[in-house]
Amino acid sequence: MSSRDAILSKLRAAGRVPEPLPEVPLFDEGLPPVLDQFKASLARMGGQWVDAPAEGLDAWLGQRFAGAQVVCSAVPETMGTLRIATVTDPRALENVDVGIVRARFAVAETGSVWLSEAEYGVNSLGYLAQHLVVLLDPAAILPNLHHAYRQAAFADARYCALVTGPSATADIEGVLIRGAQGVRTLTVVALATPR
Amino acid sequence: MANDIFTDKKVDHVKGSRQFIADEPHIAFHDKRLWTLRELRDKEAHGIPEWEQLRELASAIKSHTLTHLADYLEEFERNATANGVTVHWAKDAAEHNRIVHEILAARGVETLVKSKSMLTEECNMRPYLEERGITVVETDLGERIQQLDDEPPTHIVVPAVHKLAKDVAEVFADTIGTDRHNADPHYLAEGMRQDTRPYFIKAGAGMTGCNFAVAETGTVVTCTNEGNADLSGNVPPLYIASIGIEKLIPKMEHLGVFIRMLSRSALGSPITQYTSHFRAPRAGGESHFILVDNGRSDRLAMDDFWYSLKCIRCGACMNTCPVYRRSGGLSYGGVYAGPIGAIINPTFDLKKYSALPFASTLNGSCSNVCPVKINIHEQIYKWRQIVVEQGQVSFVKKESMKLAGKLLADPKRYRAWSSGAGKALAKLPRAFLYNPFNAWGKQRELPEPPKQTFHQWYAANRKPETEA
Repeated sequence: MSSRDAILSKLRAAGRVPEPLPEVPLFDEGLPPVLDQFKASLARMGGQWVDAPAEGLDAWLGQRFAGAQVVCSAVPETMGTLRIATVTDPRALENVDVGIVRARFAVAETGSVWLSEAEYGVNSLGYLAQHLVVLLDPAAILPNLHHAYRQAAFADARYCALVTGPSATADIEGVLIRGAQGVRTLTVVALATPR
Repeated sequence: MANDIFTDKKVDHVKGSRQFIADEPHIAFHDKRLWTLRELRDKEAHGIPEWEQLRELASAIKSHTLTHLADYLEEFERNATANGVTVHWAKDAAEHNRIVHEILAARGVETLVKSKSMLTEECNMRPYLEERGITVVETDLGERIQQLDDEPPTHIVVPAVHKLAKDVAEVFADTIGTDRHNADPHYLAEGMRQDTRPYFIKAGAGMTGCNFAVAETGTVVTCTNEGNADLSGNVPPLYIASIGIEKLIPKMEHLGVFIRMLSRSALGSPITQYTSHFRAPRAGGESHFILVDNGRSDRLAMDDFWYSLKCIRCGACMNTCPVYRRSGGLSYGGVYAGPIGAIINPTFDLKKYSALPFASTLNGSCSNVCPVKINIHEQIYKWRQIVVEQGQVSFVKKESMKLAGKLLADPKRYRAWSSGAGKALAKLPRAFLYNPFNAWGKQRELPEPPKQTFHQWYAANRKPETEA
């Protein structure tokens, strides 16, 4: 018998009495306004919030990341120095200083933004870059994770992640360090999706 | 010690603890750090009005899934296969390791980057691959520290929590060339980042464990903070996930319940920095999922212990446990330490781990913080009964238990003893109590003995009233 069949028949032979599957409520009554909650949660997880820059995205980027050599853009709002569409090998993003993407939606409860291969272009952009800038339409913020996990997007994407602030670790004496193996900073910029 | 995990050598928890306890700064930090995590967890849990309802739901979803596990595994396999993933089945650790090696060898992979996985620890995979010429690089900071120090992880969420920064400085100075005299955690973490990064680029394959496997979509979910799981899964051309078969959940919408509780229970944060969903290989990439039994189907058949399969590996029971906090993960001598280790390890080898169910005060705190409501302390108690029935208890413990049994069964003898003991305790010189032969005098001050026993107090204060 194959290991597969051996495992399955052992599990069936265990003879556990079937128990029912409960309904999961949305738990969305009396929640705070999504934008306020999102900003608070994001800050708590080490991310930064920026209102739509009056000087324009490019000017803001130039100021915020002065000295950045490679700015890789996966959005039409800015060109950067490297277009993600020209990249095929994920490893080629090793030297990216700043990555720029647009989140499909966000979650107020946790301060998370949702990104998949469609948003990244090349997934490694979100992790090899030193800094990540995420454009977010403030109209695309969901109240909590129960709402988020009812989005069909999870079933369609090959890979997707709820990204919450920059990479972090507290593995040495509990000291919190932002910037572990992934991005060192994560900034969410409020910018409505162009229609 | 590290190597004894995979031998038959019987674990002596008391002896293991003694090594840890010998160093006051370490035990003081360990205790404080883990208690801080417990406090952060409480703050988060109290901030969510439906917390108890979420625990009920999580426990019920797991009960349902485990009682239909074969069906959900078939559904998961079907969907993952349709997504273009190659699905493998491993009945035990040896088969798991063989499968991983075959995948890597067939593609000429020389370097494997991986994120933390308790399952690959359980399978002792690293030495197996290294003996066959494959470089395996742990990319979680705590796990990397443990790998470089040739020790197993001592906590399932914070693998190197028993070490101080100065210990890490020593390990890194010897292995990755950081400055031995610089024990600043920021400096050490940056040193590890710089050392690890090139491995992500040159690795032929990346590997992760699995926090949840969604049957409905065939998705593997990982919950991590450092970004290393997403680097492992998205940079090399080949991705492998090892999945304990108990990780299944039916639908995507059930993740809402578990993700809301996992990091809150573990670290007191609302979510991990990355909650990642690997469903299908990326364009031009290749994905393999390995479903691993390794004793889980046996556990499902154990009437008293199958509930432990609900565990989502948050570590909350470890953080709250007074015994774990003061004895350290190495003293458990198994892959899983703390209360969850005390009930899981004996299912693998009762004789080897017969001491672990006694590494508990049975205070029940572990059960109270468990997000999936595993009755951990009751299972610990049940394991004790089995250990005693099978004669695995030490001679001293057996004899003192016999004596205590006699004493407690006889009210007259008990009262005579307890009144005498209190008086004797009050008059004893310190050296008699706080000496190497009295385990209860170590790392703690004994409470002031009462002037009279409860029985004496009751007789003096209450009895006439109730009788009147």
